Amino acid sequence: MNENSDLLTVNNLVKHFDISGGLLDQLKFEKKRLIRKRTVVQAVNDVSISIKQGETLGVVGESGCGKSTLARTVLGLYPPTKGSIYYGTDRIDDLNSRQMLPFRKKMQMIFQDPYASLNPRMTVTQTLEEPILFHNKNISSIEVKEISSEIMRQVGVDPKWADRYPHEFSGGQRQRISIARALTVDPEFIVADEPVSALDVSIQAQILNLMLEAQQQRGLTYMFITHDLSVVQHISTRVAVLYLGTLCEIGDSNKIFSSPRHPYTKALFSAIPKLGKKKKQYIKLKGEVPTPIDLPSGCVFQERCLYTEERCRVEIPKLIQRNSGTQVACHMVEEGKQ
Amino acid sequence: MSHLLEVENLKVTFALRTGDLTAIDDVSFVLNSKEKLGLVGESGAGKSVTGFSIINLISKPGYISGGRVIFEGRQLNTLSEKEMRSVRGNQISMIFQDPMMTLNPVLTIKSQMIETVRAHKNVTKKEAEKLALEKLEKVYIPSPEKRLNQYPHECSGGMRQRIVIAIALLTDPSLIIADEPTTALDVTIQAGIMDLLSELCETENMGLILITHDLAVVSEVTEKIAVMYAGKIIESGQTDTIISNPKHPYTQGLIKSLPSAIQTGKTLTQIPGSMPTLTEIPNGCTFHPRCEYCLPICDQEVPELYRINNNGHMAACHLLKK
Repeated sequence: MNENSDLLTVNNLVKHFDISGGLLDQLKFEKKRLIRKRTVVQAVNDVSISIKQGETLGVVGESGCGKSTLARTVLGLYPPTKGSIYYGTDRIDDLNSRQMLPFRKKMQMIFQDPYASLNPRMTVTQTLEEPILFHNKNISSIEVKEISSEIMRQVGVDPKWADRYPHEFSGGQRQRISIARALTVDPEFIVADEPVSALDVSIQAQILNLMLEAQQQRGLTYMFITHDLSVVQHISTRVAVLYLGTLCEIGDSNKIFSSPRHPYTKALFSAIPKLGKKKKQYIKLKGEVPTPIDLPSGCVFQERCLYTEERCRVEIPKLIQRNSGTQVACHMVEEGKQ
Repeated sequence: MSHLLEVENLKVTFALRTGDLTAIDDVSFVLNSKEKLGLVGESGAGKSVTGFSIINLISKPGYISGGRVIFEGRQLNTLSEKEMRSVRGNQISMIFQDPMMTLNPVLTIKSQMIETVRAHKNVTKKEAEKLALEKLEKVYIPSPEKRLNQYPHECSGGMRQRIVIAIALLTDPSLIIADEPTTALDVTIQAGIMDLLSELCETENMGLILITHDLAVVSEVTEKIAVMYAGKIIESGQTDTIISNPKHPYTQGLIKSLPSAIQTGKTLTQIPGSMPTLTEIPNGCTFHPRCEYCLPICDQEVPELYRINNNGHMAACHLLKK
């Protein structure tokens, strides 16, 4: 695969969760008639993204915007409701678990909370060796040991601690171990879901450095999910901004951060606290994020946007390529009013 | 000039079966009315313990083992529990991190607010309700009459934190201690809450102690900062001075390790290792095992706070010894 080809392509992905419960929970009286009503959380709506080999795509957005759902659907942990996902040229969203196996080895995930993502009853060795043994059936135990201790060295965990349990490590050390676990099967693509959110600032820097280092050494491709915009700005080559399960804006990290176009991106970036800036002006949004159960008509952001016009209430905006290379889904930007 | 709050050489000890643990040691700072102080540090630095000890909320086996807390001329740490109760929640209010944990999920907002008012003031329910409405308006809750009859789960996270602030304001306190008030909230909501807190300090004539791990938030809101590490204040002074010209190697490392636009994609400056736990506090300067400038004296002698300028900038580091 050459430098510029897409490693992962997501086309018009939709993920809905039916939370209406059993039949009896769905029945409701309305206008004196018994009707059956389903409640559906529309977590991800019509999202198309592609990730190039070797890049880091940062996915940002506030809580409940569908970042994590998107990540998990991409990895096949949730089946998509609609849309397709391609890994290289292979379609992976309709594979069964057996057919999925070779791809699982190439795609790994790092989770937010290293206290929850490591099995407390498995030693570090067991945690690291399990994926190696699972994906390489004919490997000798000596080789397994070699791989796991090599990886421990790489992530900065002394291999002599291999027989310890997760509770004996600090938060930062645990996150190193869970990164090591993702690296054991030599993946190409890693989805990191808020990997540094649970860590202190000084530890956060250590983990970010480790991830950048691993990327350079192994040519990894990252999908980096976080709500922390300064972290995204630091680590990403491209950024996708999600709002209420919909993609608002996607493009090169420095372009988006230097000149955000979508009204939501502008408001979001203006609210980032910056070191040593007093009394900054930030864009105040009206109201609050609506629930993903009743999405607003037209543009998902129209109820809170400062520039809403009639068209925004009716028509869902499409992602449109701008001259700068970023794609923006906003009628007002399209019409040049914004 | 008398200060709103003076904390002098405060020490909090936890008496455990295995021996005494000193959670905070020799913590001193002053706060004036309308002034905002940021207590910054990583988890386990003793920020929250400092906050709790001001209003004597340290629970057993912890106790204040030394120093004084003087609030509006009264020494707080020698008051009886009954006297303390008239100060706590009345003249000093506290706001916590998670508004869902602070609010009672089975009571309406109205009953929680009325309960707070009536615990401190001798007023009728009607009057208490009127006061509650007034405070909800002050924190910019839209249609407060409607909100009063709702339960906490019907409000969003930002709304809940505003309600918690309104409850803290009910007794017109002169000091608010906010312990990570926006850590659980999104950035757009955080900006609103921080704005509100600074505005209230001005209009209500309050002092604010903002406890947080987020240096950027502190630098935007506060006038003064105290940086804590392993139970001690290692640097304090005017916010601008500390952010632009930090003197302690830990503060310098902390500021450098923040990801920012300037060094995109480059390796971040990192502080090696992690903060010591209270059971294994190193000898001498607590930061010396992680410090890049460590001198032979650093593991021998505890550095005192050296005065750096006349605006109250102090740092505890042997490097600063003249």
